[in-house]
Amino acid sequence: MNESTNTSAVKRPRRRPVSAYPSWFYLPAAIVFGVLFLFPTFASLFFSLTRWTLFDAEFIGLANFAQFFKEPFLIKGLINTLVYAVVTSGLKVVLGFLLGVLLTSQIIARTYLRSVLFFPVLVSTVGVGITFTVMMHPTTGVINETLALFGIRGPGWLTDPSLALISVALVDVWKGVGLATVIYIAGIVSIPQEYYEASRIDGAGAWDNFWNITLPLAKPATVTVIILSLIGGLRSFDLIWAMTRGGPGFTSDVVASVIYKQYQAGFYGLSTAGNVVLFILVAIIIIPLSGFLNRQGGEQ
Amino acid sequence: MSYIRKNWVGLLAILVSGIVFLVPFAFIILTAMKNQKESSLRSFSLPSQFHLWDNLVEVIQTRNYMLLTAFVNSAILTVCSVTLLVIFAAMVGFVLQRKPSVWTGPVNFLILAGLIIPPAVVPTIWVLQLLGIFKTLHGLVFIEVAYGLSFCVLLFRAFIATIPRELDEAAIIDGAGPLRLFFEVILPLLKPVVVTVIVVQSVAIFNDFTNPLYYLPGTKNVTLQLTLFNFQSQFNTSYNLLFTNILLITIPPLLVFLFFNRQIVAGMTAGAVKG
Amino acid sequence: MSSKFTRTVLGGLAASLLLSASFVGTAMAADVTLSFLVDNTDASTVKVAQALVDAFVAKNPTIAIEIETRPGGGDGDNIIKTRLATGEMTDVFLYNAGSLFQAINPAQNLSPLTAEPFEANVIDTFKKTVSVGSDVYGVPFATAMGGGIMYNKKIYADLGLSVPKTWDEFMANNEKIKAAGKVAVIQSFADTWTSQLFVLGDFYNVLAAEPDFPAKYTGNQAKYATDKAAIKGFERQEAVFKAGYLNPDFAAAKFDDAIRMLATGEGAHYPMLSFAAGNVVTNYPENQKDVGFFAIPGDDAAKNGLTAWMPSSLYIPKSSEHQAEAKEFLAFVASTAGCDAQTAAVGATGPYLIKDCTLPADVPSVVADLLPYFQKDGGTAPALEFLSPIKGPALEQITVEVGSGIRSAADGAALYDEDVKKQAQQLGLAGW
Repeated sequence: MNESTNTSAVKRPRRRPVSAYPSWFYLPAAIVFGVLFLFPTFASLFFSLTRWTLFDAEFIGLANFAQFFKEPFLIKGLINTLVYAVVTSGLKVVLGFLLGVLLTSQIIARTYLRSVLFFPVLVSTVGVGITFTVMMHPTTGVINETLALFGIRGPGWLTDPSLALISVALVDVWKGVGLATVIYIAGIVSIPQEYYEASRIDGAGAWDNFWNITLPLAKPATVTVIILSLIGGLRSFDLIWAMTRGGPGFTSDVVASVIYKQYQAGFYGLSTAGNVVLFILVAIIIIPLSGFLNRQGGEQ
Repeated sequence: MSYIRKNWVGLLAILVSGIVFLVPFAFIILTAMKNQKESSLRSFSLPSQFHLWDNLVEVIQTRNYMLLTAFVNSAILTVCSVTLLVIFAAMVGFVLQRKPSVWTGPVNFLILAGLIIPPAVVPTIWVLQLLGIFKTLHGLVFIEVAYGLSFCVLLFRAFIATIPRELDEAAIIDGAGPLRLFFEVILPLLKPVVVTVIVVQSVAIFNDFTNPLYYLPGTKNVTLQLTLFNFQSQFNTSYNLLFTNILLITIPPLLVFLFFNRQIVAGMTAGAVKG
Repeated sequence: MSSKFTRTVLGGLAASLLLSASFVGTAMAADVTLSFLVDNTDASTVKVAQALVDAFVAKNPTIAIEIETRPGGGDGDNIIKTRLATGEMTDVFLYNAGSLFQAINPAQNLSPLTAEPFEANVIDTFKKTVSVGSDVYGVPFATAMGGGIMYNKKIYADLGLSVPKTWDEFMANNEKIKAAGKVAVIQSFADTWTSQLFVLGDFYNVLAAEPDFPAKYTGNQAKYATDKAAIKGFERQEAVFKAGYLNPDFAAAKFDDAIRMLATGEGAHYPMLSFAAGNVVTNYPENQKDVGFFAIPGDDAAKNGLTAWMPSSLYIPKSSEHQAEAKEFLAFVASTAGCDAQTAAVGATGPYLIKDCTLPADVPSVVADLLPYFQKDGGTAPALEFLSPIKGPALEQITVEVGSGIRSAADGAALYDEDVKKQAQQLGLAGW
């Protein structure tokens, strides 16, 4: 715990019979979370070791997991998942930060810009998916027709097997960068003005300010954005499903859509095993990363 | 001329933002104004005839005014879930941050778990049935709360760290118990993050599609996102009606956003003054 | 599950109470409302459902029926299974027959209709596809369809082509059509389900070459990758792509786009199920006469026939509390009055599987081409999914890959065999 640099001399309060931070504050959330999330998750862990038809379950040990790893597209799905997560997270962090700096500076129409940037966050994911799928149509879509005006032949954004996943990732960033920016704005705005004033007295320019003050002191915001967008990216499903359903063929499948397809096909035990695999995958990446990032910067 | 030179960054930003962020919405509106044949051509063009009113009427009337029922359901769901989320998550974030104890480690892990683990649908349905709240709106409210807790606790915990402990101590010395401390001292100071949580979670729950699909089946219970399904069928996609639907679904968040926008901005700049 | 048991008991009590009330003959207007779950994949499905409901309710004013819609495809399968698993299914619901029917555990979830009088009206070939052992569970909804190639008659007339009876003739036709500047074969991979026709529609030819294929396939003794007859479907799909016969936007075209291209004469061939005639009639009525239909040809002109699909079926879950009323509705659907209501709503789309049901003399051009196959002895063979409970869920993605040149036919067939293995194991079949 960081000690505050506040100079008022306040003694630590004596131990009171009722703590100001009672443990029962955890209770309402704990009940809802435990009953409706933890318990079903543990139940599904059990079912991941069975061949489950929803009506009866036959214990088959780790056969589901073996099957899942033999799944022909799993390796591709894993790679796609990582690519998607890194691309969306990276873009959201970089763009979000730059936009955050831009939108906390003295720029005209700042309120308008903040609003228009944040608005896609509010629109339904399915709606965004449908809209962009139509706009990305290879011949009659708005994007390629506009490119054609400049003589450029636009690619098959969602139909080219090597491009489909990235196209969805770009739409994901379009939709989500506003949220990252808002988090950054909150972080940047909380940097005490004294730092900037002190550095101005020292004769530092805008670039120095950016590099030495803003960037490091926005670290908590950066950590939050990285962690949240990475988790979201690794688990991402709704947008990919709305736009390509993992296609064309299987080329934009991610682990989440592979799991969903197995669930749809009625392979409940297998799908649940996939859920467990996904969980482990995300945990392996996020937990060490989060530890590393938090240790590095520390909270303010 | 010097106006442009001074403000070129801003002007460029306005232009780029217009193209990148406004064009898709313009496309939605234009397509919503066309008739079926024209809309199936997917072009970014003005409609030959203005059909928006007809489309609106048709969409709202479909399946016995399903859209209106859906709107009411979505509104109730969102308001109830978000209220509970804010209170529960703030309570947890508060104690978590203030009182490190043997619980802190496990709770942190559970938060991460809540963010990472995808929910298991069928076991959850069984639990809801056992409790007798399956296929009910209040059942779904609790589901949304359960799924949203992790994210909200994370946000609250981070921002409570910026409230000096001295304020707590001052209030305690004044004789405040935990509830008074929490509701009268801490919560008001959390306004910026409360606003963020309300906005983000309202939007997420309002736009939630998969959860109502599984946990709230039945026509009387339809939420707004499910009405999109009515039109996006495998064979006969009426793009004009589909986009009218998207347009209609976008209006409530838009209104809420326009209303809250000032609060968000105020919340952010309040942080600046505080800092 | 005790709640399900209680509900079944209560349902039984309620049903018997209602039945006894009707026997006593008291004028108790038992206003029962049935819920009816229908998939909304095709606008005509909902229309047919509504027509049946309206006609039935007109004759039975004490029963009201509320239609609920669900999506089709994989999402719909999901919803059906989940709702059945949790006892939350509507009183009557529409779902596929054949292997998909087998996958929803009918013996456990559905009410058997074997002893019902109206089942005598249903044609045997259909009954087999909704049975487990000797118990029948469903009643056909809408008409049977064929999986073949819809073609544009005008292009054929203009280029002097005739309906091909062998695959080589078909490809020769394609070459001529391409030379004339039209699209030879239309594909619409944005709607992945439409990509399967070359493989699935070829089954008549597979069966003609190997009549015991279904049994061997179910027993894990025949595989697509190694069976010379079966792999042809995949190979042909690949061949059509490689020869460059496809429309340039094949990867992004949807079903509606394809129908438009076919009806307006932009393209000549579209492998599709015959129910699509309904779409042509609805959306391009003036071009309806220009669209015809023929079966996917094999290698032997003498053995040319159509792969037929059974229509979807209506089922009653055991959990329904209105068993008697639901059965009354099904009885209506399985009657000539039911057929007539359907024809009145969407016109003729194929042959009905209810005995004595007739079609009007004036049918759309596609249907006119379709009927002779059903009327000829041995002119049709059921698709594999009606002869074997196994159908892999990923076929449509695989056929998209093969049809787009992303994956070779041999690889695609091998992949499908792997996919099918999961399904077989899930169903607990022997030999896998």
